[in-house]
Amino acid sequence: MFHPSHFAAVLLFALFASTVFGITMRDTPVRMFRYGAYCFLLFVGSAIVLSWVMLLIAR
Amino acid sequence: MSTTPNKPVAGKKSDQGFVYLPLIAGWLVPGAGHFLLGKWVRGTLLAISIVAMFVLGLAMQGKLYASTQGVLDMLGTADNLATGLLYVVSRALGLGAQPIQTTVADYGTKFIVVAGLLNIIAAVDAHNLRTGRKS
Repeated sequence: MFHPSHFAAVLLFALFASTVFGITMRDTPVRMFRYGAYCFLLFVGSAIVLSWVMLLIAR
Repeated sequence: MSTTPNKPVAGKKSDQGFVYLPLIAGWLVPGAGHFLLGKWVRGTLLAISIVAMFVLGLAMQGKLYASTQGVLDMLGTADNLATGLLYVVSRALGLGAQPIQTTVADYGTKFIVVAGLLNIIAAVDAHNLRTGRKS
């Protein structure tokens, strides 16, 4: 069985979802890559920000 | 960073044959719709992403929905069916945990669910390529 850390799970999810988003939402390879990278950063960045927000709320 | 959406491709027509074949093939086998259209790199990347997400979800002991008792279970089953043959084969092999027992298993369930949603997006993309709405 596979037991990744929470952050590793976020990275894997962001990588695969961003790949599909990039390929399907844009029509040239360069734009696909840029949009995929953009989505990846938004996925991971928002997860980190929300994690800090939840930590501060929990205190 | 550019986030401009795609523009429709004007003047491109491909009306010969069964236009829904890439859509159906892409639903049954992730990436197959793009393979049919000769988009090998795109198809390969889509197939790897969707299959990996599904397999990792199963490896995390994620749940495969099979019941239609409640609304949420019904939606989960419909979404799992979106992964096409992956779901059929996994169910036939008895894969997927029920019920969810750990946090990671809940992540696994979400991986499986999202793999189905991404597969639908990929299949529709193949259909758009086939009809000329996208290049």
